[in-house]
Amino acid sequence: MTDAVSRLRYRCQLNQGADERREETHPLTWRLNDDGRPVFHKEYVEKDGYAAVRQALNELTGAQVIDAMKTANVRGRGGAGFSAGVKWGLTLQGEGMPRGYIVCNADEMEPGTFKDRLLMEQIPHLLIEGMILAAYANNARYGYIFLRGEYIEAARSITRALDEAREAGWLGADIAGSGFDFDIALHTGAGRYICGEETALINSLEGKRANPRAKPPFPGQSGAWGKPTAVNNVETLCNAPAVIRHGAEWYQALSGDLSDDGGTKLYGVSGRVKRTGLWELPIGTPGTELLDRAGGIRDGQQLKAWLPGGGSTGFLLPEHLELALDFDTIGQAGSRMGTGLLTVVTDQQSIVSLMRNLEAFFSRESCGWCTPCREGLPWTVKLLQALERGEGERGDIEMLDQLAIGLGPGRTFCAHAPGAAMPLSSALHYFRHEFEQGVRHETGPAHADPIPVGEV
Amino acid sequence: MATIHVDGRSYSVDGADNLLHACLSLGLDIPYFCWHPAMGSVGACRQCAVKQYKDADDDKGMLVMSCMAPVQDDARISIDDEEAREFRASVVEWLMINHPHDCPVCEEGGHCHLQDMTVMTGHDRRRYRFRKRTHRNQYLGPFIAHEMNRCITCYRCVRFYNDYAGGSDLGAFGANYNVYFGRYQEGTLENEFSGNLTEVCPTGVFTDQTHSDRYTRKWDLQFAPGICHQCAVGCNISPGERYGEIRRIENRYHGEVNRYFLCDRGRFGYGYVNRKDRPIEPEWRGEPEADAVALDVNAALDRGSDALRDAYRIIGIGSPRASLESNHQLRELVGEGNFSTGIAAEEQACLELMAELNRTCGLPTPSLWDVEKHDAILVLGEDLIQSAARLGLSVRQAVLGRQGALAEDRGIPVWNAEAVKTLAQDRGYPLFLAYPVATGLDGIAEDSLRLAPDDIARLGHAVAHRIDASAPDVPEPDDRLVRAAERIASALMAAERPLVVSGGSLNSTAILNAAGNIARALSRRARQGGLTLVRREANSTGLQLLGGQTLEWALEQLEAGQADALVVLENDLYQRLPGLCVRHALARARTLIVLDHQRTPTLEQATLALPAASFAEADGTLVSLEGRAQRFFQVYDPGYIRPETRIRESWRWLHALAAGLRREKVADVTLDLVTRDCARRYPVLAGMVAAAPGADYRVQGVKLAREPHRYSGRTSMRANISVSEPRTSQDPDTPFAFSMEGYNGFDRPRQSVAFAWAPGWNSPQAWNKFTDEVGGHLRAGDPGVRLLEPSPGDWVYSSHIPPAYRRPAGEWCIVVLPRLFGGEETSARAEPIQARAGQAVAVLGPEDAAALKISEGGHVRVIAGEGSWILPVRVEAGCPAGLLCIPEGVDPALLGGMSVSLAVSGDQPLDGPGVAGEVHP
Repeated sequence: MTDAVSRLRYRCQLNQGADERREETHPLTWRLNDDGRPVFHKEYVEKDGYAAVRQALNELTGAQVIDAMKTANVRGRGGAGFSAGVKWGLTLQGEGMPRGYIVCNADEMEPGTFKDRLLMEQIPHLLIEGMILAAYANNARYGYIFLRGEYIEAARSITRALDEAREAGWLGADIAGSGFDFDIALHTGAGRYICGEETALINSLEGKRANPRAKPPFPGQSGAWGKPTAVNNVETLCNAPAVIRHGAEWYQALSGDLSDDGGTKLYGVSGRVKRTGLWELPIGTPGTELLDRAGGIRDGQQLKAWLPGGGSTGFLLPEHLELALDFDTIGQAGSRMGTGLLTVVTDQQSIVSLMRNLEAFFSRESCGWCTPCREGLPWTVKLLQALERGEGERGDIEMLDQLAIGLGPGRTFCAHAPGAAMPLSSALHYFRHEFEQGVRHETGPAHADPIPVGEV
Repeated sequence: MATIHVDGRSYSVDGADNLLHACLSLGLDIPYFCWHPAMGSVGACRQCAVKQYKDADDDKGMLVMSCMAPVQDDARISIDDEEAREFRASVVEWLMINHPHDCPVCEEGGHCHLQDMTVMTGHDRRRYRFRKRTHRNQYLGPFIAHEMNRCITCYRCVRFYNDYAGGSDLGAFGANYNVYFGRYQEGTLENEFSGNLTEVCPTGVFTDQTHSDRYTRKWDLQFAPGICHQCAVGCNISPGERYGEIRRIENRYHGEVNRYFLCDRGRFGYGYVNRKDRPIEPEWRGEPEADAVALDVNAALDRGSDALRDAYRIIGIGSPRASLESNHQLRELVGEGNFSTGIAAEEQACLELMAELNRTCGLPTPSLWDVEKHDAILVLGEDLIQSAARLGLSVRQAVLGRQGALAEDRGIPVWNAEAVKTLAQDRGYPLFLAYPVATGLDGIAEDSLRLAPDDIARLGHAVAHRIDASAPDVPEPDDRLVRAAERIASALMAAERPLVVSGGSLNSTAILNAAGNIARALSRRARQGGLTLVRREANSTGLQLLGGQTLEWALEQLEAGQADALVVLENDLYQRLPGLCVRHALARARTLIVLDHQRTPTLEQATLALPAASFAEADGTLVSLEGRAQRFFQVYDPGYIRPETRIRESWRWLHALAAGLRREKVADVTLDLVTRDCARRYPVLAGMVAAAPGADYRVQGVKLAREPHRYSGRTSMRANISVSEPRTSQDPDTPFAFSMEGYNGFDRPRQSVAFAWAPGWNSPQAWNKFTDEVGGHLRAGDPGVRLLEPSPGDWVYSSHIPPAYRRPAGEWCIVVLPRLFGGEETSARAEPIQARAGQAVAVLGPEDAAALKISEGGHVRVIAGEGSWILPVRVEAGCPAGLLCIPEGVDPALLGGMSVSLAVSGDQPLDGPGVAGEVHP
């Protein structure tokens, strides 16, 4: 890989040297090469690759794999934090039930997030191994990797790895002599953020509009093509081999006292810091350590706020940096850990402009299925545009408050609009004065009183 | 059943429903958009939010979408909750962001669900101050107008069009706030049920194009309960009139028949009522070829009676498109021995056989709603989408019924529409089709066999034999037939409720006998099955029950000089038999009296032509293919706006002629008298009186209003004729008044509903207020009386099994196929139908086309006897060799079963809309 290409993908780099990454502490990244050279089949097998598959398929039942995942407390690394083991346990299996699908959610499109990309580009076999384990646990017949279309390099890596795995007998009939059969296809997406929502992803995979589906029924009951389907994030699946190989207790203990959640997390930092990138650290590592590892804020600027895990998480203040970055702690602080990739905002950046940019993204990426999201987000964008240009009217901020509530959880069809509402409401809460500076006009001339309802 | 608590009051509801359905059924108002009673819930619009509480102690609760929330016993909800109300107001506010303020010029205005819901939620002030999003509109054909700017993105249109009706050329395009519902490019909507978009769309995106040129608001229309006259299904319609013209047809809810939907022929085929060339005065033609002289009523009756009195024998020709009352009056006028049904012999033989099969096969005829509950269906010799479209739509729902069953097995409620679709994918109950060419239901069929008519009959007999071995087997069956028959027989036997559908479309008693044998076999094997037999015209079933000779018989009487006078009721004989023989026979009649509402070639030959009332100006009773006698009511009095018209119901004309013939004074006659007389005269029709209430029916002591209470302009609508306003027309025949005065409410149960309106509900959604539960029956019961039921007896299998089809050497065998647009006589006279129908096209199999060196779009010359016809050709794979399939309505001289020779033609046919085939006699 040339330096030029490497620079283009500057954020998607692991900033930890091989000396720091060890098998017993860095289950996701210990096999990676310092120069970013992908780990393909030969090297992967040399580094204990596919041992977990051989072990699980020949020594464990599917239910035992699920139990291990539950005990290890691997929580969904796509951002929702739902226990992968519990999810697998809910997949319908058994008498009269067709074998379904394992779908890997590799549609990484959360603003400020670039962790799955690293794993897929540099160690695609880890994902494949995780998917085989998931398939075994869920009695799935076929797997799909739903990959973000722009991840060309990842597609190349995965395609090669799938060929290698098939060649080596890790995919296809009778995997590792266990009698279990399973195969995987790579599907590259056509570029919609909403495809990261698991049911919209399934619809898109089926060739339909990427609209989310109503839950219940959950994909585990009726997923892709109506069959039981487990959808998991790349990083979640990549954790499965280590859980099987080294045991659930070991995995749970990786985070030590930092968090109740188990294992490590691929954290990252982007924005105006000195050294953006990724680090695999025990889950629950506080933001201060991450900022330290990123070399701190660029000179002459002050940290104003940060997003803990993507554009759909709520803003936190510098004082929150001490908090453990895990699902529950960040949730209690009024935000979400999301993907765990911090976006840093400094005092030289306008929150109003940032929000306008974010909301424009969410508005554009709405699938258009439910009313609040489809109609409310563009209105939000227009109000923010007006405030940004200093054309706001009195009442605009209150209108934004109302929209943030109306687009909130429980009112929309899926989590897209609530994801857009969370940074907005936290921005309005913490940085209201910045919004107020955009209000320059009184409310426009009132409309003539309409005829009161019900009087004609 | 489950108990739910709504705003502190307890109700008992069906536990299988969702909360929205349950609350609407209770009569509680919750606003909604994306939910539709026939299409279930998808949770898209978020308009039906209510507050749900965990238990009696929960005082916070949380918002839920009532359409997506299953009813649970002891559920506690609040519709009135402040937070829920505010959220519902926000939803309408969001929907209105881009909605144009064009209600005054919007054709949906006044019957717009969006207007109703906006008022219901109380949103009345605009806060959005930015620019609106706009769209371009598309040309969607002669039926539907498109105005996308009004769209509120509820997704109902595509869900109806694609999921419910099986269309494929309407879709949702784009994303976010820029979702576009339309075709991939401009062009006519291809689905036969597109007209329902005008009612399914909650606002004015899809509106009735045929209504557009002469538009009237719903509140200014005059309505009456109608029965569609465009085929034999008997859909209930609500025709609306203004200034003496039918302006549009809307669906009239009937829980057992059409429910929420109509086909496009029924909805848009009314234009013949408004034709400017309709006969409106009696016309006298002293000599053949002479110019007609207009007469007044009395003069016409005098001359008519005199002429009939002079005749030594009068033959009466009835009509399957006229009411029982009119046919009965004709039969009374001419006498039982002189009455012909006006139906050609082959068709009449089929009708008689169908009536016999309905009585003797042991399987009942299901209503359309009941059709949807069958779980294996065999259709023999019918393309239902062409011959009885609304029935075809019900058969489609029956096939899709499996999806709900699969979902319930998995614990998914049937109303959870998208989840049901996801789980079931393309699985359906088995549907088998046997027809010469592709049919409109092929897409959901397990197997569709392309067979010649006789082979369809053989397949049917083979199926019957495999269900019950005592049914005769087919001699010398080929392997393909045996395999197909075994598969079909086992699917029918595996079903809990198998349905056999056949009919007279291919004019084949052989096919009907085969269908009858299958029904008998299923009945003997004690299956709770059904037998549906498709008749062609609105009153074919009823007229057959009334009885009469064939049309050929009537013409023979004239030809043989056995009669010298002929009275023809609402029947164009040229549509039924070859022109030459009709012309010849009619020329033999000294007196020819024709009653019709259309200027047909038959009417043009009449000595005395009497202007008859169409369905819009008359009352009467029809019997649908289900055997259901249904009353249709006069919508308007044509003489009120146009005093010069002398249009009368045919039964009134015939009553007066009969009196004149007997030299009696014309006594007053009313519909009730004629109906009762008819019922007395024919025991099989005895039930028809109860098809609808008589003229003395009152609600709260008043008649029923034909006009909404907001009807405007009554005092001025005749001002161009005279400034003095006459008394409104009186209606001695029905309980309806030509007035806005009278009862029009929903709270008193009644069967005869002219138009659906309830306070706050101006759109067709108001029907939910008239039913016992949403999607149920009208609270007074669904209208109509069933006359045809199986009767017990020791019935035997038919053994009329035709030999396998062999193509005539060097010749082709004609098969006449029904055609939804252009195939039916009266609707084919409506301009939108003509535009939609396009040219009639002949279908040939690829081998024949290759042998003739004709390619798709080329023309073929059909030579039969002395005539020849030129038709464009469509080449269809699978069409059996040796068949030439031509659509109904080309020329009755081209009879099914006839052998013709074919040649390539370089000539183009005359490009007449709706008709084709240049005739060179």
